[in-house]
Amino acid sequence: MGSNMAEAHPVGFQWVMEAKARGAEVLHIDPRFTRTSALADAHVPLRAGTDIAFLGGVINHILSNDLDFREYVVAYTNASFLVREDYRDTEDLDGLFSGYDEAKAAYDPSTWHYESVAQPEGGGHGKEMSSSYQHGSGGPVLEGGSEEIAADPTLQHPRCVFQILKRHFARYTPEMVEATCGTPKELFQRVCDAWTRNSGRERTAALVYSVGWTQHSVGAQYIRAGSIIQLLLGNIGRPGGGVFALRGHASIQGSTDIPTLFNLLPGYLPMPTPDHTTLAEYLDSVRADKQKGFWRNADAYTVSLLKEYWGDKATADNDFCFGYLPRINGDHGTYRTVMDMVDGKVSGYFLLGQNPAVGSAHGRLQRLGMANLDWLVVRDLTMIESATFWKDSPEIETGEIVPEQCRTEVFFFPAASHVEKEGTFTQTQRMLQWREKAVEPAGDQRSELWFFHHLGRLVRERLAGSADERDRPVLDLAWDHAVHDDEPSAEDVLRRINGQDLTTGQELGGYLELKADGSTSCGCWIYSGVYADGVNQAARRKSRFEQDLYAREWGWVWPLNRRVLYNRASADPQGRPWSERKALVWWDAERGEWTGHDVPDFEKTKPPDHVPPPDAVGPAALRGDDPFIMQSDGKAWLFAPSGLADGPLPTHYEPHESPFRNPFYTQQANPARKVYGRRDNPSHPSPPEAHGEVFPFVFTAARLTEHHTAGGMSRTLPYLSELQPDLFVEVSPELAKLRGLAHLGWAHVVTARAAVEARVFVTDRMAPLRVQDQVVHQVWMPYHWGGSGLVPRDVVNDLFGVVLDPNVFIQESKVATCDVRPGRRPRGAALLALLDEYRARAGITPETGTQVATAHDTEHVEPGHATEDRS
Amino acid sequence: MTTENRLSGPLPDVAAEAGHTGHPPRVGFFTDTSVCIGCKACEVACKEWNDVPEDGLDLLGMSFDNTGALGANSWRHVAFIEQERPLGEQSPGLAGLPTGPSAIRETTGFVAGELHGSPRGGGELGTSPLERAPEDLGMPSFDLPGATTGAEGRTDFRWLMASDVCKHCTHAGCLDVCPTGALFRTEFGSVVVQQDICNGCGYCVSGCPYGVIDRRPGDGRAQKCTLCYDRLHDGLEPACAKACPTDSIQFGELDELRERAARRVEDLHERGVPEARLYGHDPEDGVGGNGAFFLLLDEPEVYGLPPDPVVPTRELPAMWKYAGMAASALLAAAVAAFGGRRR
Repeated sequence: MGSNMAEAHPVGFQWVMEAKARGAEVLHIDPRFTRTSALADAHVPLRAGTDIAFLGGVINHILSNDLDFREYVVAYTNASFLVREDYRDTEDLDGLFSGYDEAKAAYDPSTWHYESVAQPEGGGHGKEMSSSYQHGSGGPVLEGGSEEIAADPTLQHPRCVFQILKRHFARYTPEMVEATCGTPKELFQRVCDAWTRNSGRERTAALVYSVGWTQHSVGAQYIRAGSIIQLLLGNIGRPGGGVFALRGHASIQGSTDIPTLFNLLPGYLPMPTPDHTTLAEYLDSVRADKQKGFWRNADAYTVSLLKEYWGDKATADNDFCFGYLPRINGDHGTYRTVMDMVDGKVSGYFLLGQNPAVGSAHGRLQRLGMANLDWLVVRDLTMIESATFWKDSPEIETGEIVPEQCRTEVFFFPAASHVEKEGTFTQTQRMLQWREKAVEPAGDQRSELWFFHHLGRLVRERLAGSADERDRPVLDLAWDHAVHDDEPSAEDVLRRINGQDLTTGQELGGYLELKADGSTSCGCWIYSGVYADGVNQAARRKSRFEQDLYAREWGWVWPLNRRVLYNRASADPQGRPWSERKALVWWDAERGEWTGHDVPDFEKTKPPDHVPPPDAVGPAALRGDDPFIMQSDGKAWLFAPSGLADGPLPTHYEPHESPFRNPFYTQQANPARKVYGRRDNPSHPSPPEAHGEVFPFVFTAARLTEHHTAGGMSRTLPYLSELQPDLFVEVSPELAKLRGLAHLGWAHVVTARAAVEARVFVTDRMAPLRVQDQVVHQVWMPYHWGGSGLVPRDVVNDLFGVVLDPNVFIQESKVATCDVRPGRRPRGAALLALLDEYRARAGITPETGTQVATAHDTEHVEPGHATEDRS
Repeated sequence: MTTENRLSGPLPDVAAEAGHTGHPPRVGFFTDTSVCIGCKACEVACKEWNDVPEDGLDLLGMSFDNTGALGANSWRHVAFIEQERPLGEQSPGLAGLPTGPSAIRETTGFVAGELHGSPRGGGELGTSPLERAPEDLGMPSFDLPGATTGAEGRTDFRWLMASDVCKHCTHAGCLDVCPTGALFRTEFGSVVVQQDICNGCGYCVSGCPYGVIDRRPGDGRAQKCTLCYDRLHDGLEPACAKACPTDSIQFGELDELRERAARRVEDLHERGVPEARLYGHDPEDGVGGNGAFFLLLDEPEVYGLPPDPVVPTRELPAMWKYAGMAASALLAAAVAAFGGRRR
């Protein structure tokens, strides 16, 4: 669901086909019939952007028919915990949760807490700080998580999570699913039946999603909804279960583990804020005094990271150089940065393996932003559009960018490809796999490692001798990686990520050995162990035919080579496998330890009946039947008492741009989503606003197997380009007839942002849906093309505007509304006139779409933008 | 042993027949189209390994097939077939939707027309869509789209994908008609063109019952799949099979592949895919069985494959026999005539 796995992840899809050959039933829930559907047992269509309504329907089906795996739910989730009396659900507030602040368009989550735990700090930051994202995989701080939490193990108490869940999803009936998603009841029922039938003691079901779920204004809650189902059915921590997050391309998992994100440090430690003047203050914000689990040891992870960064310079006396870390004081994410570029607040920009002129939402905004910089560094395999926008972007034709006047100085560095450098890829199973360098990079092509090592070296040489305090963080860095022939050793970097015991110089065996006293260093605590015993564990290549199903000697999986996360849940509270068929790890009473096919994700010798002393905290506070060892209460969260910016439970909200009124609540769309209300970022009207009919169709975009994301790696290659040589737009036969579109003829798709032309594909794979007694048509395009390459074409992402999920600041680029017209689009000034005409007809102003709380009358835009732009 | 056996029918040891002694077992491909995901990795891997040139940046409009057919510059070709028909018990998710009639007949008809007007006539395009029997066609509807209740709308759909390749026939028409000896039977039982010997006469092109082998424009020499002869020498499997993520293309010893394929067909039948059948596996067929055979989910014509391929040389003995009879008759007539005159 939300994944076109066969096309976007064909190599991983071999395992789906292998499962199918062994009897697994494969269901594909997607707006269009794709190559994944072609291989599935059933394709289940739905309207783009309605997945929570669908998943909520499945949750309601499970709860209404008592189909949950009750023993698992009671023992391992927070189903029995009682929530505060003043918590109000969307059922009570017509689509809003308690704590909504109209002025900030943000929630104060304090009323969502458990009844018996201490008050949280409150949601003072609003959305700008995105505390949930900051806390990453660690989950939010839950003070009191290690203490006794008021609960009703019978799940009958009206304020227990289970009953709240039941009430919250009661209105997600098959009829409402059909009226919202357009999915016929029979098909929806088939999914419910297959999912529940294949879950329980003897069976497990896996859920796969990709960016089709994440790129929505309520995307984080899509994943929450899927996780709730998997928890209710006992499909987490068990073989064959799980929620598979298929990433956008190779090693995106790695680039969140060791992040390229502005608000995270390695291992999902949050980036400090200006409030954190000392390490102690920072650590207090990361962990609670009284909480369970391994995040309690965040001091050891942080100090070891600082020791890796600043080496001998980091001492207990100087707070381990904590003061050297940069601080963040708001949203510095990619979209906000681009708007700041347009507004003249940003002077320089590095692009490494990224082509925002094509690959990011609202390509025009991206290009106009980049055209307003002092300098831009682009490192890529080819001269991508983001390096040449100043001379050949679509804005040249419209006169919005004039090459002679464009002030941006662009530095292009040719990059070495993945076969021309060594290193690791981390894939969706959290597995690190080492790559050897196959060939020397040609000409001036260099690895990223080379670039940054030498950039750091040169900057440090320039600053040498500086007495300025602000240069100390750079000058004091332990910038001493092993270098062979000018090229830094990637193995040495991996070794330092693994960490070492600084008293002996030995590589650490894992994060359990990290210390907070400065005697260990570690570049990423969750990766500790990847170089255990001085051996590159990621380079292991023992064939799967020479080991068991879990292939523990192929590559290395964080943490500690555990292949299935939270696998303690594969055994019952007494430590016995739920069933022989689904045995993974279990308690061996004779030897007094956990054992099994996988590395146990649990303290090895803690018996299943262990009850910690009342004052224990951290790992010591985990009971013998608390499988979720990273959670501050040891339980999986059906209901999130804090940590999410838009509610403790997933709720169906319409996309920011939708042809339909939300049939569930007066609240139309996510009330906490980030909207910007700028003239250069117009939104379409959605109900209850008028004139939505100007853009009557649902638009969605995705990938083709034959191309790679923004095309930098495929559009210049003849062997790939010839396989999908041209941009096309897929329409159903019904829409083709409605709009007079001919197969292989031209059409252009129009939004308030852009008009994009493409060849028409009329195909039975697209079908209209009936939603709220209206027929709705969906339009699909692949987004790989741009102005360069063998076949230059329009940029599909120009059609989208910028509206963001409040938790993770990801753009809603999987759904918008649009119009489609036959023929080619106008060019130059005529194009701008067409867009003006559409905006006028739809009555679009910068205010359109900014009334985020439709139950109220206030509009809201994110702060900090040039006011003149809105006038 | 008879001459007839060498020109058609089963041939248990095709390499020995070609004069190889102490040769390895015959190898080939079993392409199981029921697990093909249409990723075209086979096409790319083949081109990369064998240095086959780009074949044109043409949007063909035949579903996701922009290769069109096997040819001198495409030694692997993935066909994509969209049809208004069910596939086994698969649910295409159309039931109950406000659909109108299918557009497949119109789009494929349009594409077929375009192809026939194309520079090379479109005749080389193996996936020219089939016309369906008229009684199966839904009458075009003049209702507004979506105005239908669903009952009269399209409800069936399937999307078939299949990677086609040279069949490496037991009796290879191309090899039999090659006058220069450029085409030869390898010790692995495969059929390979030697580029340095080929004179570009093109007899092989008309000799192939599948339309596989083709002369490269601008060069003139015949080109086709070599079963990665060079890789086989190094103990490697062919590039396409190596690249195939779902093991749709399986490489191995032909005898073993045939057993595996038979089991797979049985398996699919049990799982409610009665359409599954093998193509090119039978040594009794018109080419003595293929070194590259397929599991298909419908009649071969659906995939652009000939239903009953026959090696042209199969008729050779008969032709010689008829020629001999004709000559004898002529001789007899002449004898009779002259004899008569003598009388």
